[in-house]
Amino acid sequence: MRAGTAPPPPEKVRRRSGGPRRAQPAEGGRRKREFTTRRGLTIAAFMTPAALFVAFFTYYPMIAGSQMAFRHWNLSDLTDTSFVGFGNFKAIFGDPLWGTVLSNTALWVVASIVPQLVIGFALALWLRRRFRFRGLYQALIFFPWAISGFLIGILFRWMFNSEFGVVNDLLMKASLIDEPVAWLADPKTAMVAIIVANIWYGVTFFAIMILAALQSIPDEIYEAAALDGAGKVRTLFRITIPYIRATLALTVLLRVIWIFNFPDIIFGTTGGGPNNETHIVTTWMITIMQQGDYGRASALGLLIVAGLLLFSVFYLTATEEKGVRR
Amino acid sequence: MNTRESRAGKAARIGFLTLWLIFTIFPLYWITITSFKPAGDIFTFPLAYWPEDFSLENYSGLFGASRFGTYLLNSLIVSAVAGTVATVISMLSAYVLARFEFRTKTALLMAALVTQMIPSFIALGPLYLLMTDLRLVDNRLGLVLVYIAVCIPFCTVMLRGFFANIPDTLEEAAMIDGCSRLGALFRVLLPVMKPGIVAAFIFNFVNCWNELFLSVTLMNSDDNKTVPTALNGFISSFNIDWGSMSAAAVLTILPTMVLFAFASRHIVQGLTAGAVKG
Repeated sequence: MRAGTAPPPPEKVRRRSGGPRRAQPAEGGRRKREFTTRRGLTIAAFMTPAALFVAFFTYYPMIAGSQMAFRHWNLSDLTDTSFVGFGNFKAIFGDPLWGTVLSNTALWVVASIVPQLVIGFALALWLRRRFRFRGLYQALIFFPWAISGFLIGILFRWMFNSEFGVVNDLLMKASLIDEPVAWLADPKTAMVAIIVANIWYGVTFFAIMILAALQSIPDEIYEAAALDGAGKVRTLFRITIPYIRATLALTVLLRVIWIFNFPDIIFGTTGGGPNNETHIVTTWMITIMQQGDYGRASALGLLIVAGLLLFSVFYLTATEEKGVRR
Repeated sequence: MNTRESRAGKAARIGFLTLWLIFTIFPLYWITITSFKPAGDIFTFPLAYWPEDFSLENYSGLFGASRFGTYLLNSLIVSAVAGTVATVISMLSAYVLARFEFRTKTALLMAALVTQMIPSFIALGPLYLLMTDLRLVDNRLGLVLVYIAVCIPFCTVMLRGFFANIPDTLEEAAMIDGCSRLGALFRVLLPVMKPGIVAAFIFNFVNCWNELFLSVTLMNSDDNKTVPTALNGFISSFNIDWGSMSAAAVLTILPTMVLFAFASRHIVQGLTAGAVKG
């Protein structure tokens, strides 16, 4: 790294070895410029490896993939990669699955994120209080995070197995159902299964983020509120929630984006089936890609990016107005 | 915060925390129990919540009939190399982003954020073509290079948070004593930041270990398969053999759980550092 930088100017060497030295006005400008160049070179040299990797293996394929959206690009016929304008987009909007996929995606995001937020918030509130084994407890509930979404899908696929699944067994023991349910064979119950799996996985993230935010609230505020006779509910809504609003808003946004882009669990459980009825946008995109139609898959990818950008802008504007930035 | 708590409140708290713990642990317990059941016991009613006789046949089958050992080794090599290189590269970029103010800084941070937002699947096709041109398809080095690029953005953001917590007087003192900036970074800051760096490495390692879609796309020969690719093969077959599947799942989860248990405190710190500000 140092090989690329200029040799240090003599006065700098003197400065390093010697004691404090007053800068002479005439030299001041030059030294400042040298300092700036050196600083720039350091920044560039330190940033280059990371930038090269990300540009070459992430950005280049992404941009190349984006332009595929406007071409006929099918693995079955690579001789014809002609420009087709918005043809791939039209094909997606015209696909009979499009409506199902959209409503599934909305259900998947909303039904996953609301329980994740509520349970995560409750966990964080209750974990704020010190108790014995709190460290151990936090480490244990953190475990789902070490597992890949795909494997979580497999875990829940086995538990929701229609014949030998433990979920059916437990529900029957509790007399909640009379006979085994073929969870993954019916799109409606299959959506329930994959959403349960996602809640299992995602609560921890909310709990961690909210707990960290809660710990940043100074105790004095609570003491003052208690002195003023504020009750628990009032304290929660008047102090706790407003105080951590920025974190809440940001965490929800990050999770929405992430859950949107999270085909792994579905990939491991239903794979989009039965009969393509449990696809969300990203699992559908992968399926289209596996069929070899890169053009159409890329078009769907661009639609996802556009949708997420729109959502982020609306969301940030909406939360900003309510005074998220204190 | 420790204020008074009513008896009912305490009961509610303990009840809720216990229920959630059971819900969290149960799937892991269940897959482990399944993996130790002999084939006949997995598919019998009533289900046994504790196996009558522990059997290792599912595990021995994995290393005999299937080449799970090879897959584990491939995953280990790829994740360890990619995780290490990505951590070192991210340390450099994170350092600069934490210590200097410059014009393109916001743009660079945004560029890192965008990689997390865009569905990576859009890049799969061109990436495959690129790797074909480089003759790196079905090659562990190829997968390592791609994984490094995948790890860098988040790892940089995470490490930047750790750097920001360390006063810059440390490396300034080292540089006045004649250390180069790189020397100061590695000789002075590295020891201080050890826990954070280990956490970042573990996070990278686990991400690579768990990655599915890139490895499915890029690795196709049996010699080069990683664990997730192999698991994907297991569930794609018409009749899933849940005995060996569960044993494979346990072997896949175990290393990452051990690593996370080891570093969870620092990972939590890294995750929250960026998002939470007073």
